[in-house]
Amino acid sequence: MDILERNLELRERQRLEGHTDRVWSLAWNPAAGVSGIPAMLASCSGDKTVRIWQQDPSGSWDCLAVLEDTHTRTVRSCAWSPSGKLLATASFDAATAVWEHIGGDFECVATLEGHENEVKSVSWNASGSLLATCSRDKTVWIWEVQPGNEFECVSVLQGHTQDVKMVQWHPFLDVLVSVSYDNSVKIWAEDGDSDDWHCVQTLNEASSGHTSTVWAVSFSSNGDRMVTCSDDLTLKIWDTSSNPSETSDSNCGSWRHLCTISGYHDRTIFSVNWSREGVIASGAADDAIRLFLESKDNSVDAPSYKLLSKKEKAHDMDVNSVQWNPKEPGVLASASDDGTIKIWELLEVPR
Amino acid sequence: MAFIMNGCEECESHGCKDYINRGTSICSLSQFVQQKMVSGLINANPIVYERKERQVQSAPIDIDQYADEPIDQQEIFDHIRDIKDPEHPYSLEELKVVTEDSIEVNDKQSYVRVTFTPTVEHCSMATVIGLCLRVKLMRSLPSRYKVDVRVAPGTHATEAAVHKQLNDKERVAAALENPNLSGMVDKCLAPTFA
Repeated sequence: MDILERNLELRERQRLEGHTDRVWSLAWNPAAGVSGIPAMLASCSGDKTVRIWQQDPSGSWDCLAVLEDTHTRTVRSCAWSPSGKLLATASFDAATAVWEHIGGDFECVATLEGHENEVKSVSWNASGSLLATCSRDKTVWIWEVQPGNEFECVSVLQGHTQDVKMVQWHPFLDVLVSVSYDNSVKIWAEDGDSDDWHCVQTLNEASSGHTSTVWAVSFSSNGDRMVTCSDDLTLKIWDTSSNPSETSDSNCGSWRHLCTISGYHDRTIFSVNWSREGVIASGAADDAIRLFLESKDNSVDAPSYKLLSKKEKAHDMDVNSVQWNPKEPGVLASASDDGTIKIWELLEVPR
Repeated sequence: MAFIMNGCEECESHGCKDYINRGTSICSLSQFVQQKMVSGLINANPIVYERKERQVQSAPIDIDQYADEPIDQQEIFDHIRDIKDPEHPYSLEELKVVTEDSIEVNDKQSYVRVTFTPTVEHCSMATVIGLCLRVKLMRSLPSRYKVDVRVAPGTHATEAAVHKQLNDKERVAAALENPNLSGMVDKCLAPTFA
């Protein structure tokens, strides 16, 4: 039966409490939750700490570690390296810290400095050799991972005219996407000849893009589509099936707008995440979590996305982050201004 | 500090002519604080209006005192009327920056919108006043409330830019972690009007 015909609902599995201020962001450890390694989740908060949560054999979540005394201001974003051994955390204190998981302990092994003010987001590329950070100083920095936990800044990317909210690498290409308070989405790639990074495309209002702050971006698992969310109350789906580092000279192969999901949100959409199974989750300032799925039954050319499920009052306050568990289908984690994290399961319920 | 000293992009891109005092939106409010120390008052002679008489809310006796009493316009107004202007010993009510009519509230939907009217068309003052309003309401209202703060249409040179910043909770959070700025907000919110 078509999944859109089924009655699906997000059921709360557990509420994780411990942070003493709003929780901004979440990251599932990509190497955990398989082959007997317990699932692991990192969360970061306005309380200046990062918490590591681990699932015990009974399925219940506990706080394994609190990473504190390194950042002096809000920790805005966190990201695991693909191997799951390193965790990078970006803070309003203008620094990015890298933590190594050694024998049950988390140790700060590097501090990346250079941004002039708040670092808003951090992301690892697919191979774990590059790290990107972005800041309110309007720049995006690319760092190369050197032996011995050294990080060298290889590029400072300028082009955004305002605060850069999030950076995200393509799931397997070394192509970086940044989204900004200037309403635009920029795509960055390396110039094959000079090793220089540069902007290969800007998706803005003129390319059917957003009309207010773009808060987040997420790719489909095979990388041929991307979704962005905005203060303009819409989600936008983009065709990303071409490799922009190969097609930057001609416009025919560049990334383009496919469709806009509008009319579902009435306050800012802070977070969006695309599951491996193709379900798009959104977290918004109206305390709700919504799930969308591509509708296959349309006859027109442009794809369309249908609301699969809506969880009203998912949290008591704004939902800042929604992240699907990459290893366990249908399991979603969310973080909120109410200081809590929730683990959800997508279940079929009788009508 | 180079970036901060560049001033405010929003002001420049929206054609704000106030070059001396530009650069004072949330992006660089610490500069605003510094500027105020050297350059003096932005609006030297504000018009001061009479304060509205305080209404003592008399609870009707025949109503169940344990019943939910919805938050109304007057209650919101009472929270914000005594906020002090950032540079004058007058309240926002006395300067007619806020009035009871500038408040829209829907208690059932836990929603409030305050539309304020700056005394002069300066980016700097509008952003600081808006931030004070937001902080006061955040502290006073139940956490279920959604708060929007905006500049009255047509009263401010860069109202769209000010509105965007005041409603970007990430930038508001970052601004309030700035000790200079949070000190200034606390000063405006201090209960000096008895």
